[in-house]
Amino acid sequence: MTASLNDAAFGGGQSSPGASGGQDSRVVLSARGLRRDFGGFVAVNNVDLDVHHAKVHALIGPNGAGKTTVFNLLTKFLQPTSGTITLLDQDITKTDPAKVARMGLVRSFQISAVFPHLTILDNVRVALQRPGRLSTQFWLPMGSLNRLNERAMELIEAVGLQDARNHLAADLSYGRKRVLEIATTLALDPQVLLLDEPMAGMGHEDVHIVSDIIREVARDRAILMVEHNLKVVADLCDKVTVLQRGEILTSGDYRTVSQDERVRVAYMGTEHE
Amino acid sequence: MTQATVTSAPKPRLLTLETTLILIGIIGLILAPFYFYPVFLMKVLCFALFACAFNLLLGYTGILSFGHAAFFGGAAYFTAHAVKEWGLPTELGILVGVLGATILGLIIGFFAIRRQGIYSTMITLALAQMFAFFCLQASFTHGEDGIQGVPRGYLLGFIDLNQPLNMYFFVLAVFLIGMFIIWRIINSPFGMILKSVRENEPRAISLGYSVARYKLAAFVMSAALTGLAGGLKAIVFQFATLTDVSWQMSGEVVLMTLLGGIGTLVGPIFGAGLVAALENYLATSEFPVTVITGIIFMVCVLVFRRGIIGELYASRFGKRLESKPDN
Repeated sequence: MTASLNDAAFGGGQSSPGASGGQDSRVVLSARGLRRDFGGFVAVNNVDLDVHHAKVHALIGPNGAGKTTVFNLLTKFLQPTSGTITLLDQDITKTDPAKVARMGLVRSFQISAVFPHLTILDNVRVALQRPGRLSTQFWLPMGSLNRLNERAMELIEAVGLQDARNHLAADLSYGRKRVLEIATTLALDPQVLLLDEPMAGMGHEDVHIVSDIIREVARDRAILMVEHNLKVVADLCDKVTVLQRGEILTSGDYRTVSQDERVRVAYMGTEHE
Repeated sequence: MTQATVTSAPKPRLLTLETTLILIGIIGLILAPFYFYPVFLMKVLCFALFACAFNLLLGYTGILSFGHAAFFGGAAYFTAHAVKEWGLPTELGILVGVLGATILGLIIGFFAIRRQGIYSTMITLALAQMFAFFCLQASFTHGEDGIQGVPRGYLLGFIDLNQPLNMYFFVLAVFLIGMFIIWRIINSPFGMILKSVRENEPRAISLGYSVARYKLAAFVMSAALTGLAGGLKAIVFQFATLTDVSWQMSGEVVLMTLLGGIGTLVGPIFGAGLVAALENYLATSEFPVTVITGIIFMVCVLVFRRGIIGELYASRFGKRLESKPDN
């Protein structure tokens, strides 16, 4: 039953069926020579990154390695000092962040990003309003948004929040806020998802829920995620890129990367496994 | 199955109590001029509309403007000039005021939304002060004297607005239309996006909304409705002076909104009523008005931060009204 719900919620997009399922999936988001200076400090330097369709790509690294800065650059919340970014074969190096989101690259935030004083239903509906062309009409009654309810409830049920749909987002537990954020992100049916520490601060059960959602979603979307929980990374991600002091240390599948001596020294240290 | 429960959510029941209260309020306003001094009531209505228009920006979009006096006082000047010098009919004169305030809102808003928080507020203050200086210097405003003796004229050519009751009901009608427009904007798809911007601007951007456009649109709407209040005030009092474009006026509207309750539809009405009443009744006493309003303001901020109506909504009675502070 849950599986069919998930299908309805996540598989309903208009992604091209020919491209998905293939082994050598295409690159949907790529960065070349990405660099960002803050005054004299180089936060991100010479980062090349390729995010593939239908793959989960992890970006890991110690605190302060520049992971969030890379996210901000890719989503254009920050302007890169140099380098180029390509999304779905279009150069977005100079595009503004809202436009980038409309092109199909949607991000989540490190600190849960919900609209706290709106209900769960409204949170998801706000995301649905734009593709539904219901965002500028200041003369229409609120009831005009009801036609988004069905889709909104599909998404809310898919992440298991249906019992709370009329509660304020502020009243949710941390884990459920993150889940709500994912539902909101999926409402846009993005081609590429950037998730900034989606599991941070979550309890065990929530981690499982979110892992399942991510796996489901990644069947026909690209996902780039920052994650500290290496068990999750090992479990979920097809590719891992390790960042250190703003530069890429290494990149590859989890086994290769985790056995890399430099990565062990820089990041995993002793505590893993 | 779930859709059914969603669509039939809370609607039918809650409307009764709320609409009853609104109807009582409107009936009260219709009866009020028979018990109170009409000019005072008209002043309250003008300020109430002003505060509600201001609250559209502060309470529902999260932008604090400290330059709304420019729209209020500016519209008063434009309306007064149009009616007195150009001889336009009253209703057209008010429209001139609205149009002027809209253009001013477009200019000031264009710069203000480029920054956030205190910087945005300071830009509104600076530009409004420039406009106040312009009003002091320009010839059509008659400097310190202001535009005096503005004729009230005839509404639609035959309703004599010099009759206090005619004037009152005209003001009440404009006020109710203005309130309806504000209510409609807040409770619309557009209003929903404004609230999301207020709640979490980066998130709204990441959902693909060009936030700057929404903010500018809200700014201009707020300015236009403020202009409606300002133009109306010029007709009521038959003059337009520098007081209405001064920064104190911008401060006063913040005070009214805070007292009544930010982000509630009717809160600013009560805030405006309270401030206007205090000014009226303290004007003849030996207490200095500004000190009293200052103390009330501090008590409000310290003790009931949500404002009069905000606290009411948060109380047990307000919970029964169901639909929280219009969120």
